[in-house]
Amino acid sequence: MEILSYLNACGGHRLLTRIPPSFDMSVPSVHLASGFDFSNQIRNNFLAERGIPLPKATSTGTTIVGCLFKDGIVLGADTRATEGDIVADKNCEKIHYITENIRCCGAGTAADTEFTTAMISSNMELHALWTGRKPRVVTAMTMLKQTLFKYQGQIGAALVLGGVDSAGPHLFTIHPHGSTDKLPFVTMGSGSLAAMAVFESGWKPNMDRAEALQLVKDAIFAGIFNDLGSGSNVDACIITATSTEMLRNVEMPNQRAEKENKYEFKRGTTAWKKEEVRSLITSEQVTLIGVGDESMDTS
Amino acid sequence: MFDVQSVAHQGPQSRQFNPYTENGGTILAIAGADFSVIAGDTRQSEGYSIQTRYAPKVFQLTDKAVLAVNGFSADGKMFVKKVKQRLEWYRHAHAKDMPIRSIARLIQTMLYSRRFFPYYVYNILGGIEDDGTGSVYSFDPVGSYEREACRAAGAAQSLVQPFLDNQVYYKNQTAGQDESFPTHLPLPSVLKLVVDAFTSATERHIEVGDGLEIYVVLKRDSTAIQSMEGVQEVTTSEEGQRVFYIRRELKKD
Amino acid sequence: MDHFPTNWGRPRNDLHDAYGTYPIHQHPQHAPKDAFADGVKRTQQPIVTGTSVLGVVYKDGVMLAADNLASYGSLARFKDVQRLHPVGNHTVLGVSGDMSDYQYIQKLLEELVIEEFTEQDGSILGPAELHEYLSQVMYARRSKINPLWNSLIVGGVKDGQRFLAYVDLLGTTYKAPTIATGYGAYIAQPLLRKAVEPYTDVLTEEQAQSILEECMRVLYYRDARSLDKFQIATITEEGIRISETRHLASSWSFAEGIRGYGAQTQ
Repeated sequence: MEILSYLNACGGHRLLTRIPPSFDMSVPSVHLASGFDFSNQIRNNFLAERGIPLPKATSTGTTIVGCLFKDGIVLGADTRATEGDIVADKNCEKIHYITENIRCCGAGTAADTEFTTAMISSNMELHALWTGRKPRVVTAMTMLKQTLFKYQGQIGAALVLGGVDSAGPHLFTIHPHGSTDKLPFVTMGSGSLAAMAVFESGWKPNMDRAEALQLVKDAIFAGIFNDLGSGSNVDACIITATSTEMLRNVEMPNQRAEKENKYEFKRGTTAWKKEEVRSLITSEQVTLIGVGDESMDTS
Repeated sequence: MFDVQSVAHQGPQSRQFNPYTENGGTILAIAGADFSVIAGDTRQSEGYSIQTRYAPKVFQLTDKAVLAVNGFSADGKMFVKKVKQRLEWYRHAHAKDMPIRSIARLIQTMLYSRRFFPYYVYNILGGIEDDGTGSVYSFDPVGSYEREACRAAGAAQSLVQPFLDNQVYYKNQTAGQDESFPTHLPLPSVLKLVVDAFTSATERHIEVGDGLEIYVVLKRDSTAIQSMEGVQEVTTSEEGQRVFYIRRELKKD
Repeated sequence: MDHFPTNWGRPRNDLHDAYGTYPIHQHPQHAPKDAFADGVKRTQQPIVTGTSVLGVVYKDGVMLAADNLASYGSLARFKDVQRLHPVGNHTVLGVSGDMSDYQYIQKLLEELVIEEFTEQDGSILGPAELHEYLSQVMYARRSKINPLWNSLIVGGVKDGQRFLAYVDLLGTTYKAPTIATGYGAYIAQPLLRKAVEPYTDVLTEEQAQSILEECMRVLYYRDARSLDKFQIATITEEGIRISETRHLASSWSFAEGIRGYGAQTQ
């Protein structure tokens, strides 16, 4: 029906695609278009309509935060990764390494945050070797926003970038489309509103290290206990001019409850269809020739 | 010039009203030889938000029947209200509680009467039959039902049901030589399975958690529950069976 | 060939069903329509709206808070609107969502209270009864696919029982020690849960007030449809008090240190 009416609309010509007159069909182009390849989109939409959807990407429906304090930056993240409403990873790492003095929290599609931060981390290392200087946070920020903008939001990475360099402490958020924000306290992910509420009521300028860490923990807790996309443990990272401390699982408020039963199965529980015992030892009869009585012919 | 029309119609805003939502959570029930266990978590959620950490999903109907409802909570509450009303009318007319198999059939007709604007609710009914056996009935939203030995429904159904199939029906397990699996589990084992099913579902499903409510309907002459801790009796009359209530905490993340 | 005689002699729409392939019951209707059908409009979206309402249970009763803004889309249209509505002597209703539907609910409650009063049977509607009534109204309207586009919080105290519950346009209901509607559910609810839920039996009126004020301030910072003017309703065994409009102090000085959004330093 659709195709028929489409043919009608074309005035009876059997044209399904318009070919530009100058295009020479006999010489196919050897060049691949740059960027993402959308040639399977029509097929995929068709399959989705027929009930075969695309595989779901693991997404970190997440709470990630960053906060400025007297001596630098504290970053924080929860550790839950989800696939739809199922928890895919109960203790994943969302604070990614960029350089020794720069770290980046990632929310959104897990693969995108991991690959993008890894790529920028490599480029930052090369950049540092090339310039012979300690890398700067704005460099990473610019690389990230240019990468993300190039892909027009198709790379689903929502990032909190923080670090301390020669120009002092810096804290940014980077949205999937490439826009950035520079603020003294930032949050991202599905738990961002819960965490932001904690910052809005508790943040003050020039906090000391302990205060800032506690505030970041509280912000992540707010996400963990109020946002279903966030959960499990708290990771934090404190970056100052002289040191970077990665505090993996600094709080673990959601320990797994002990099971009432032991789920062990007796030997033989699993059914089998056929039993076959094979010997892996190969035995051979070896007849030795020319040893002992038969001496070498030396004549 | 300020244009009232353009404010009201900014772009193509087709916002069709959707009369349903999904409020998460999971329920399950297991029948034993002379008891039935019906349980549900107490979290009510919408999207990624927890609305409340305590909203009951399991309701005592009579001294021999307990109903668990899961799905769209507004429909669930209305449905339970209407079932309770019908049971009260039955009590006034017949001076006794409705037998559980009749409650099951009543629920079927009540659900099917809304075939073209369904109650978006998965029901599990548990209790004691007139012959003294434990029973579980499970329903789909438009009234198809079946008597079973165990059933899980709701958000984590796909996590819990395979576990129950394996542990209650002994699916994918073969008995050893000269051994056989029991047809009915004893009450303590069932309670352990229920608690483990919910702690596991809480670990891996984001909509399950906060609290667990377990109801046990026990044949009056059974002694199975005497040695249990933290069990509260909620039986309402001297005749009929006995009903017990157990509450546990679940993780809140 | 069009196989449907009712269409013969009528203008054809070639985009639809040029070959008469529709099953009969789906066939495009050419029958005359009710001329007034377009005149009957149901609320398909809210028009003038109020944002979040907050509610908490504390030692001596229940407290609600809501700001004084009624928005018209992104326009801050009415800035002196009371969204906390007392019903009888034991209950306050906090309303977010469509303001015309709110006024209709006020009318319903007015009639209900008068009806109950004239009975003179010694029973008075408490918060639990009013919440049940409103749940039934909201659920009935959603079932007619003609909802009252609101989220309501009912708070009150009667016979020594503190009561706080929620009902919305779908008829969804729940009770909790703290409740927030709209953006408040995302922004204020986490703060309320932490500050109130473990202490509902020890929090004083002053403490509850300052918690609510802090939440209203955070909402003012982050909810673009909110206002820095708000009211608090306090319901205790003694009765209802709805405060005068209060003004929220807010500070935006942190912005002075910020230069640009990226690499800028000047």
